[in-house]
Amino acid sequence: MTRRHKMTLARILAAFVLFAAAELAPLEGVWKLCAFLVPYFTAGWDVLWRSAQNIAHGQVFDENFLMSVATVGAMATGQYAEGVAVMLFYQVGELFQSVAVGKSRRSIAALMDIRPEYANVIRDGETLQVDPEEVAVGETILIRPGERVPLDAVVIEGSGSVNTAAMTGESVPRDVTVGDGLTSGAINLSSVLKARTSSAYADSTVARVLDLVENSSERKARTENFITRFARYYTPAVVFAALGLALIPPLAMGQPWTEWIHRALVFLVVSCPCALVISVPLSFFGGIGGASRRGILVKGSNYLEALSKAETVVFDKTGTLTEGSFRVTSVRAGGMPERELLALAARAEAYSTHPVARAVVSAARDLGEGPDPAGGGSTEGAEGSADSVEELAGMGVRAQIDGRTVLAGNARLLESRGIQVPGDGGNGAVVHVAVDGTWAGSVLVSDAVKPDARAAVDRLHAMGVKAVMLTGDRAAAAGAVAEELGVDGVRSDLLPGDKVSALEEILASARGSVAFVGDGINDAPVLTRADVGLAMGALGSDAAIEAADMVLMDDRPSRVAEAIAISRRTMTIVRENIVFALAVKLLILVLGAWGLAGMWLAVFADVGVAILAILNALRAMDVSRV
Amino acid sequence: MKKIFRLKDLDCANCAAKMERGIKKLDGVNDASVNFLTQKMTVDAEDSRFEEIMDEVVKLCRRVEPDCVIVR
Repeated sequence: MTRRHKMTLARILAAFVLFAAAELAPLEGVWKLCAFLVPYFTAGWDVLWRSAQNIAHGQVFDENFLMSVATVGAMATGQYAEGVAVMLFYQVGELFQSVAVGKSRRSIAALMDIRPEYANVIRDGETLQVDPEEVAVGETILIRPGERVPLDAVVIEGSGSVNTAAMTGESVPRDVTVGDGLTSGAINLSSVLKARTSSAYADSTVARVLDLVENSSERKARTENFITRFARYYTPAVVFAALGLALIPPLAMGQPWTEWIHRALVFLVVSCPCALVISVPLSFFGGIGGASRRGILVKGSNYLEALSKAETVVFDKTGTLTEGSFRVTSVRAGGMPERELLALAARAEAYSTHPVARAVVSAARDLGEGPDPAGGGSTEGAEGSADSVEELAGMGVRAQIDGRTVLAGNARLLESRGIQVPGDGGNGAVVHVAVDGTWAGSVLVSDAVKPDARAAVDRLHAMGVKAVMLTGDRAAAAGAVAEELGVDGVRSDLLPGDKVSALEEILASARGSVAFVGDGINDAPVLTRADVGLAMGALGSDAAIEAADMVLMDDRPSRVAEAIAISRRTMTIVRENIVFALAVKLLILVLGAWGLAGMWLAVFADVGVAILAILNALRAMDVSRV
Repeated sequence: MKKIFRLKDLDCANCAAKMERGIKKLDGVNDASVNFLTQKMTVDAEDSRFEEIMDEVVKLCRRVEPDCVIVR
């Protein structure tokens, strides 16, 4: 509670005591009115004052004015106790709302708050605590356990583990050691790390993410705009209805004035729109906050709304459904053990920079068979690299290894030397190996499908969402991946420009919305064109953050289904709040017109609806079960 | 020029909507948004008259919600 809240609370309590005193005092007539006016003004002087000011400014339908008219009307018709009580409860409700909204606002904001407070920078051997913005690129910073990494940096001393949950939603700590990059916003868990900064604060991951999150609610969802527009007409409509209710029955049918004025006052109390107006954006805010805790950054509630209606999710293949880098996926050996074949191929290709060759070398290294660039090899069967290597452009390499002539490359290389090559199966690049003129085996290198890609597609299907894959790859390779993942459609051989037209075709035939997921590398136009563009693992790419509507902080495709689940849940809560608030208001209006609901009930309904809607909205930020 | 301002004691969501509507109608304002939840206001207005326009914005906000203060 702020100081202002406390003061209001004190005033309300004082008004309560005075109200009770007035109620108990044995007074009659004018004296009774005076006794009730004391708690009335204590509770509501600011409401009256503001409404007077607002009328002067031409703001007629504001809630201060409505409450003033309602309570003054009650006093004028002799319902002193009711007039005071309604003002009092209105104030209690306003206070409660203000505190609750403030609290939830802060707790949601805290979800998104990953701002590092300070950086420990080492200058001239001294450790200084400074604002992260004052640290230059290339300076040495010290990160103690429990502290947040203030800027993107590279570890130069120490090793330990960091928690990147705030940034990526990934709760498993990441181990880092000398030479590894640290993402700003991560929390150092175990030991003191020294690191050299690799970017200034403004360009750091954390600053970019914060920028995105802070501007998130500028773009409002259609539901949100609907409710503010609704409130604009709702209040005047109800006020005029109240006027009609107060005038028509007494004038036209000779009904008693006080009774119908009293019923009209109920209308005025119900006409306050704030409960309605607050509940919808707060729900969206909660959903966006919850999503950001899961490493899903949403640029505006309109995108959350669009994603909840997703009918088709279009995936880019390379880097999104697949790793985007080559890996050895199978080894086929003729005579020798597979391990030995791989080691041999790696030794031959040790100096090649071709991505396929790098994949072979790193696979061999993972098995402990890697060629040692320093030459002093120790592992069995892989002493150092080849004795001499000759690169054959576009085909592969020929190397002398331990007195044997080894050829490693594509089928053309071997065939050009008159070596029989068995037909290859599988998609990807095949490295054939020949030793002393005989085919010895082959290594299949391909872009591996991400471990959770299949699960991501399955989960989308379970949610009734179609998955389509776009790729620039050849049809054969694309088809194999599509089959493995079980996607509903695949478009292959696409140039970057074709991807936009392929997406447009899907957009044209879709009834719901279409989301596109890409890694932001050369698919920025597609990200922009889709109803919702999701950039994946986009922390490194400014272009992607700029073009996308949502950013998935890590690169797991299963996050897409999670994002849809969160958006759907948020929309459910939004709808619940709208229906509930409108239904209660309508009910009170009907009951009030029939004289069955008094002003007390109306105020309770108004405050109660607001509070329940706020509590319901808070559920949107709890994404633990999504 | 687009600038973001912090708002203090903006206590009512409907007032925020009213402010936003009002500011958007001001002469020289290209776009505006008042965010009740983040208690922030974004004003996109003509560069040359920005300060002048902001004075108008402040006046307008005071009229809608007298308690609310724009931190400039």
